[in-house]
Amino acid sequence: MTTNLRPSAPLLELEHVAKAFGSHVAVEDFTLAVAPGEFVSFLGPSGCGKTTTLQMIAGFLSPSRGTIRLQGRDLTQVHPSKRGLGIVFQSYALFPHMTAAENVAFGLEMQRVGKAERTERVRAALAMVGLAGYEDRHPRRMSGGQQQRVALARALVIRPSVLLLDEPLSNLDAKLREEMQIELRQIQRDLGTTTILVTHDQTEALSLSNRVVVMSKGRIEQIGTPQDTYERPASAFVARFLGKTNDFSARIEGAAPARIVAGGWSAPAPAGLRGPVTISVRPERISFSESGLPARVAARIFQGNHWLFQCETECGPAIVVRPNDGLAQPGEGEAVRLAWREEDMSIRDMSLRAGAAA
Amino acid sequence: MSRNGPLALAFHGLFVIFMLAPIVVVCLVAFTPEGFLSLPTNGFSLRWFRAIADYPEFVHAFWVSLGLGALSSFIALLFAVPAALALTRYAVPGRGALQALFLSPLMIPHVVLGVAFLRFFTAIGFGGTFLALLAAHIVVVFPFAFRLTLAAAAGLDPALERAAVSLGAGGFTLFRRVTLPLILPGVVSGWALAFIQSFDDLTMTVFLAAPGTETLPVRMFLYIQDNIDPLVTSVSACVIAITLVFLVVLDRLYGLDRVLAGKGSH
Amino acid sequence: MSAAAATTLPAAAPATVPEPRASRAPLWLVLPALMLFTGIVLVPLTMTVLLSFHDWGQYKGIEPVLILKNWHEIATDPYYAEMFGRTLRIALITTLLTALLGAPEAYILNRMSGRWRGIFLLLILGPLLISVVARTLGWALLFGGSNGLANKLLLSLGLIASPLPFLFTETGVVIALVHVMMPFMVLSVWAALQRLDSQVEHAAMSLGAGPLTILRRIVLPQVMPGVLSGAIIVFSLSASAFATPAIIGGRRLKVAATLAYDEFLNTLNWPLGAAVAVLLLAGLVLIVVGANALVERRYAEVFR
Repeated sequence: MTTNLRPSAPLLELEHVAKAFGSHVAVEDFTLAVAPGEFVSFLGPSGCGKTTTLQMIAGFLSPSRGTIRLQGRDLTQVHPSKRGLGIVFQSYALFPHMTAAENVAFGLEMQRVGKAERTERVRAALAMVGLAGYEDRHPRRMSGGQQQRVALARALVIRPSVLLLDEPLSNLDAKLREEMQIELRQIQRDLGTTTILVTHDQTEALSLSNRVVVMSKGRIEQIGTPQDTYERPASAFVARFLGKTNDFSARIEGAAPARIVAGGWSAPAPAGLRGPVTISVRPERISFSESGLPARVAARIFQGNHWLFQCETECGPAIVVRPNDGLAQPGEGEAVRLAWREEDMSIRDMSLRAGAAA
Repeated sequence: MSRNGPLALAFHGLFVIFMLAPIVVVCLVAFTPEGFLSLPTNGFSLRWFRAIADYPEFVHAFWVSLGLGALSSFIALLFAVPAALALTRYAVPGRGALQALFLSPLMIPHVVLGVAFLRFFTAIGFGGTFLALLAAHIVVVFPFAFRLTLAAAAGLDPALERAAVSLGAGGFTLFRRVTLPLILPGVVSGWALAFIQSFDDLTMTVFLAAPGTETLPVRMFLYIQDNIDPLVTSVSACVIAITLVFLVVLDRLYGLDRVLAGKGSH
Repeated sequence: MSAAAATTLPAAAPATVPEPRASRAPLWLVLPALMLFTGIVLVPLTMTVLLSFHDWGQYKGIEPVLILKNWHEIATDPYYAEMFGRTLRIALITTLLTALLGAPEAYILNRMSGRWRGIFLLLILGPLLISVVARTLGWALLFGGSNGLANKLLLSLGLIASPLPFLFTETGVVIALVHVMMPFMVLSVWAALQRLDSQVEHAAMSLGAGPLTILRRIVLPQVMPGVLSGAIIVFSLSASAFATPAIIGGRRLKVAATLAYDEFLNTLNWPLGAAVAVLLLAGLVLIVVGANALVERRYAEVFR
């Protein structure tokens, strides 16, 4: 589904975009092409450069190097007020002295949309986000979720070419955040608006987007579909940032055919690898089995719908998550063996990693 | 994005010149070598600063102002700190009214306070005494000490005091070891601001001061009423210098805009 | 005892709503200040109000009777109408000028980068703490008759043909008062600007608004409460100002505060001076409380 989006002409292109504040490099060499209708997330910890990149697209910051193109047109010299992008800010940035309807109408007024059409579009936009009847409410009298919706309506009503979302859900509590995620995804799919979301919440990025751009320290670590980045993380950082993972030290043994060995577990090795490597496996992909890496259960923790095991192995500590399916589970202190399918692991070559990471 | 255009900067430049011009002029004239009011065009001279010493009224008035400022602002704190702590910690009945009363000297014009104090202290036989002046100043600078202490006490995390209590501190120990150190920046800033208010007050003091208890602003005002000469500019320059020291201390300690926020009446 | 009571407090009690307690501690903490204010503020003010109804004669002095003589004199003698009119006029023009100049300056200041902003804030707010006498003396030096620096500058710039009279005129008093009051206005608008979400301007920009539209439609309406509360402060302080009108206005250009001073310390007609002062206080309280109520009603929907 995502792959058939990409071949069409890109709507938004960033080419070798970089931003430095004095000697501090906030973003380096950011290249990305966003297809029409696509939902792309910039994901990373605070300070990774995701918000800086968004600000450059919006025009509030100008890139130190590189170009940003929208529908083939260079945006560098275009003032933010002329870019026609819809933005939802982290603080929502609603105009406190205007009612919800006045807030939503503001962008249309700037486009000199006639009063009758304006009223109709404002009504429709507020209805779309489920706020029909709240037209005359001032933002200070609305809940966080309602303010969020007004901000979304205000950004969408101008029919932006691209919708930019800057951590839009981070000020909401967990339950409301989940509801808004579903709603946001529905609205985006219905309207087909090309969307860029900046977030530090990997669940949010994985559940909403067609593609995820994982960033760290100003650099792109990986661009891929949510499944890609989760299943086949390109770096240790991506693996760890997208959820818990186990790193086991392993060796490549023998030649033609070489095998990759971690304790009692082994599998055919990909060509061209040598020496010690690190393999990375998600906790939920490890099972207890008859053969495999010998381990001892150090702790067993009940977590409702699943069990969490902390194990010790000769290749390093391991975390194993098993669904609570009602079957008997190993107890604390018990000796077990850990196994996983070879397609569920990613291999990082130690000798290669010593140099360039990307 | 948030840069000012050339027009805005030109306006800003004129504005700053307007704000600084009278102060700079006073300080410059103070250094004139001439015997009359003039800008020092050929060389600076300290003759008018030395002349202050030959005019004992100014020297005496300076010491009165200094003592009055230090004492009144300190005594005001002795009243203000407990009151501020009580109002932020307990559901004191009539809290709004009490707060309004304690801040009222900000709202009542100083000329009215001056008239009222003159009437009151004369009636009870304290007219023209230092004690009357001191009592009046304590009340007038009280709001400044009170407001900053109140802000500091309100900003204090109540969990800190509860933690100290759970560890066995209580009563005055709690105040001395935990509360006071935490609100100290606010208290010291309150003292400094109160001191400057007392040190600078003319309108109220001019009604109460008698020969012998004249403060520096009163002495300067009465002097200017008769004639303006370089002597009063050199005295003013000294007052400005003293204020600048306090200003820098306040700014470093607490941030000038925070100290002054709501300095006026409301 | 206080320790035992405090430990039973619920941990999550918000700081601003303290638990009611049986303890008398708060009473003992507030009582000294309350007594101080009752003794040295409320009693003197009451005595002053009473004083304004007393009789006074050149030779008999103050007679503690309750008559309307002073109030009648103020109400009928056009001298007082003129004097209060002048006080009001000076205060209004000063307020208007500080708002027109101070609000833009606060906005410009807020847009400066960190270090410059700190320096200029210090330069502009600092004068607030410098003795009013010293500052007004500066204006007296600048105005100083036809030979003053201000006139020399204006003449050399070709802005005026002949020296303007500043000293002993309302113009001079207003200029000096604008200087004295300006920090209050800048401070008040500055505080309002600090409460502004900086992303709001970006939001307006992304919706297609130009700089002037942002200023007029987004920034100004949000800063208006700050301008108005600054105006209330400036007005009440200007209307009761003493040092500046006394030094720049001289002996003839009387305003309410300088007249009260004259009645008390030169003419020695205390009851009449008390009446002037009480009228000033009553007028200001009415205007300030009324204006505050209007501002709060106007902005209650938006900012509460």
